[in-house]
Amino acid sequence: MNDRYEMVVGLEVHVQLKTRTKAFCGCSTDFGAPPNVNTCPVCLALPGALPVLNEKAVELAARAALGLGCKINPISVFARKNYFYPDLPKGYQISQFDQPLATGGHIVIGKTEDGKDVQIGITRLHMEEDAGKSIHDRFPGATAIDLNRAGVPLIEIVSEPDLRSATDAGAYLRTLKQILQYLDVSDVSMEEGSLRVDANISIRPFGQTELGTKTEVKNMNSFSAVERALDAEYERQSKLLESGGSVQQQTLLWDAAREAVRPSRSKEGSHDYRYFPEPDLRPLLLDQKWIDDAQGNLPELPEARKKRFVEDYAISVAESEQLTATPSLANYYEGVARASKDGKAAYNWVMGEVLAALRSNDGDISLFPVRPADLAQLLNLVRDGTVSHTAAKRVFAMMVATGKPAAQIAADEGLSQVGDESALTSWVDEVLEEHPEEAKRYLSGEKKLQGVLVGFVMKKSKGRADPKRVNQLLSARGG
Amino acid sequence: MPVTREDLLHIADLARVGVDETRVDELTRELSSILGHMEELAQVDTSTVALAAGVGAGGTPLRPDDRVAPLMEGTLESFAPSMRDGFFIVPRLATHEDPAESGA
Amino acid sequence: MTVDNYTSLSAAQISASVRAGEMSPSALVNASFDRADDIGAGRDGLNIFLYSDRDACCQEAELVRGRLEKATDVGVLAGVPIAIKDNIASLGLPTTCGSKILKGYVSPFESTAVTRLRANGAIIVAKTNMDEFAMGSSTENSAYGPTRNPHDVRLVPGGSSGGSAAAVAAGITPIALGSETGGSVRQPAAFCGVVGVKPTYGRVSRYGLVAFASSLDQIGVVGRTVDDAAIGLEAIAGFDKMDSTSSDADVPLYRLAAVGKPAPAAREPDTEAMRIGRSPVPLPPPPSQTTLKGVVIGKPKEYFPESLDPNIRDLCDRALDKLQWMGATVRDISLPRSPLAIPVYYIIAPAEASSNLARFDGVRYGLRVDPGKGLRPMYDATRSEGFGAEVTRRVLLGTYVLSAGYYDAYYKKAQAVRTLIADDFRSVFAGGVHAIFTPTTPTPAFPVGAISDPYEMYLNDIFTVTANLAGVPAMSVPIGRVRRLPVGGQIITPHFDEYSMFRVGYALEAALGADAHR
Repeated sequence: MNDRYEMVVGLEVHVQLKTRTKAFCGCSTDFGAPPNVNTCPVCLALPGALPVLNEKAVELAARAALGLGCKINPISVFARKNYFYPDLPKGYQISQFDQPLATGGHIVIGKTEDGKDVQIGITRLHMEEDAGKSIHDRFPGATAIDLNRAGVPLIEIVSEPDLRSATDAGAYLRTLKQILQYLDVSDVSMEEGSLRVDANISIRPFGQTELGTKTEVKNMNSFSAVERALDAEYERQSKLLESGGSVQQQTLLWDAAREAVRPSRSKEGSHDYRYFPEPDLRPLLLDQKWIDDAQGNLPELPEARKKRFVEDYAISVAESEQLTATPSLANYYEGVARASKDGKAAYNWVMGEVLAALRSNDGDISLFPVRPADLAQLLNLVRDGTVSHTAAKRVFAMMVATGKPAAQIAADEGLSQVGDESALTSWVDEVLEEHPEEAKRYLSGEKKLQGVLVGFVMKKSKGRADPKRVNQLLSARGG
Repeated sequence: MPVTREDLLHIADLARVGVDETRVDELTRELSSILGHMEELAQVDTSTVALAAGVGAGGTPLRPDDRVAPLMEGTLESFAPSMRDGFFIVPRLATHEDPAESGA
Repeated sequence: MTVDNYTSLSAAQISASVRAGEMSPSALVNASFDRADDIGAGRDGLNIFLYSDRDACCQEAELVRGRLEKATDVGVLAGVPIAIKDNIASLGLPTTCGSKILKGYVSPFESTAVTRLRANGAIIVAKTNMDEFAMGSSTENSAYGPTRNPHDVRLVPGGSSGGSAAAVAAGITPIALGSETGGSVRQPAAFCGVVGVKPTYGRVSRYGLVAFASSLDQIGVVGRTVDDAAIGLEAIAGFDKMDSTSSDADVPLYRLAAVGKPAPAAREPDTEAMRIGRSPVPLPPPPSQTTLKGVVIGKPKEYFPESLDPNIRDLCDRALDKLQWMGATVRDISLPRSPLAIPVYYIIAPAEASSNLARFDGVRYGLRVDPGKGLRPMYDATRSEGFGAEVTRRVLLGTYVLSAGYYDAYYKKAQAVRTLIADDFRSVFAGGVHAIFTPTTPTPAFPVGAISDPYEMYLNDIFTVTANLAGVPAMSVPIGRVRRLPVGGQIITPHFDEYSMFRVGYALEAALGADAHR
């Protein structure tokens, strides 16, 4: 960015709620079904059909609102947003307009240099339904319409124009996604389309409080695309103002192939949505007790979990940050840490061996075959000396491959360390006998030979001797 | 407030009702005349009205998040003007770009 | 009682007789279709019926008889032939709303109201003609031609439920379903000399009723007599989980009102009620001077203007005299904001309609006109060819009043004034009035083609539209003739008090007797 103009960005994020059925009818929301099989008179907008609101959609939307620090309005009203598009079967979308479900929240996306929270305001969160899908390239000269997605419940989260850089925008999106994952309200996957982002961006000279004219940028398919698109549009607007021009309000599309924004070809003037309250639905009434209960039942949010991990498991802030990146990772770690009572070891193993194994199988940690309790058992075996650290890695690999528990594998493979004093003593004796030269030199004071002798004992015991004890025994001999 | 010709063409565009050129003036007059009768509403004092959104007591009923097989007879093909491979088919949108176009 | 005097049988009589094995459903279906043929109900005659399938009905009649033989409870409308307005979804016959844009469309699902009729043993004989998308007061706006009034074929039957009112007036069915948004069941009932009921908003499920103005629409019942309308409403009223605006208020046995009892406090199944509900109404005691004792009838001055046709005024006064004779007190009242009703209605209804009709776009069902130039031209051509002139006019009007810059001045203002209109009813009822009585229409039926100015046509609804705006129930009953043309009197009661409405209606009908049709 340049030092003449300040970037001002607000983001509108649409999130699909993970309900089993659609917002206003009992059709399945399952992804990947053949076209138009998950439809009924309501979501097909057949003449005479009427909407009935899904209680789970309300529950998840309210949970999202509360988790984002918003205030829920006890009375919210649905409204029709009227426009024509072939994948919008009614010719209007049921949404909310001037009485949304929730207003006035915020999230913290980071800290300033002097340690203060960077807070981004959330203007509002409202409920609406998704449109179907238009596929333009399947049949020449025609568009194919699939209404499986029409009617899936969405929430729209509108931020205040508090973002001041593309990096901020990226941080906002990543934090928002994480919070929504923790709230378990959505799959929040941009790749799958359960999270979509539109940006509003304007620029102004530093120091000016009045906002510049904003443009809308759409069609960004990843968080990094959002960042690149914002930088590109900032550049374009800067150049425009520099050369004495002015920014026109318009909609632009991000062209990922060309790494540039370009104007949308659809007519600007056609966006008169003629909002009016939806007469087929009465207002959504949520009493204070319901709202209070929902607040009380909120799952632990990322910030709180991060802090608690540091306290409960004696790990660092940075380590906790890594472990709480997603709720499934945090849940896995917590399972291991609790059962092994060793937060640090759990951290090492989870961030090390577990993630490495997951990466190579492209897996999801909640489906990882080695469950937290199993891993904890292995850590316990290492801690009490039954299995050496080196052997533990081999045991782990076999746990992943066979699904057998740690103790069983260690026993079967003879990988248990031998801590038995007499066995160790006789091995030490044998080694000293078999290597008289080294033995003599060591016993007369060349301490550096201890490692070599330990190595011989390890070899003789096929790796099963407890190296710590062997070291101790040799030291004792050395006098 | 009389309706102008431009107004009429604009709303016909918004409503996707192609109005024949020969009818534009007639419709403009008709709408102006009808709306003229509505002017008396402007004089009515509605300052005391708190708009109760929705008729009747109670909020909107909620339904459980359970799959319901739709009570529907026959196939989509029985009434769809054009279908292929299970999709509804429409002529291509002239300003088509991306699915990002649909919606806000 | 035989099928030979089919056209004078009430639905309750038919049903009791069928259940007792005295009449067969097939004989009734045939009587109905024979009557339709005799009167010329088809396209080249009075144009009452748009779609019917005699063979399918005969098969259905057999099914009903089969259920009877198995002693399954076939319901309160066993074997009763019923006609349904063309904007109410039914399986088997098309649902085209009197429009070209739905030509040939057969709904794959059925409206809750029709499902309930069938569950009660009724046989749906036809879909009746209507003003396109229920927009009109004469049935002249149908894409399939106007319907003629059986009393005088030069005249309109009223609208938009003209076909349904005509079907009952012609003796084809004792009951027909219509729809109300601004008077579309009451006004044609008045023009055709039959009974027309608009229930409280939310009393009858709208699931399957093709929406015109969602905050006003209700399915209504046309009946040859008050009893027919009452039994029809009993069968279809009640909560429906498919309609978020439907009410879960109890549905009383409306036919109990025939014996002049005050409204039941709670719906306790008692033997007398069951007996009356499930058998022909025992002849109610002839009206006496105490039949309506304690009932206060309001006579609102705004509905009896100086300009009211003196003949209609006389008939209303005669009706009020009868009510008074039966012990009711008539009180002069005022519903001061009533004159604002037409402007309010003609902003709200078209606004909601413009949105409800957006789904008719040629994409998923109905007419598609494709000039081969892309999507936009397809929308425009389909909708301009598919919608008639009145529908186009109202869609444009509705789009205008919702559009940016006009929403506050028009739609929002109209909704606020609507609240005031509803308040007028509330205060009158709170002041001790049990029922309001008015003329149903300012004139009797007029000739086809007589009214061409849209606003003049709208004024036909001047006495009926306030009840739709306020959501209160209202009924039109025949109260006499003017130049041999039927005239209706309207009874309006508080929300969900259809029982009192029927009580007054039954009494008035009995008191007028044959005079109601003279």
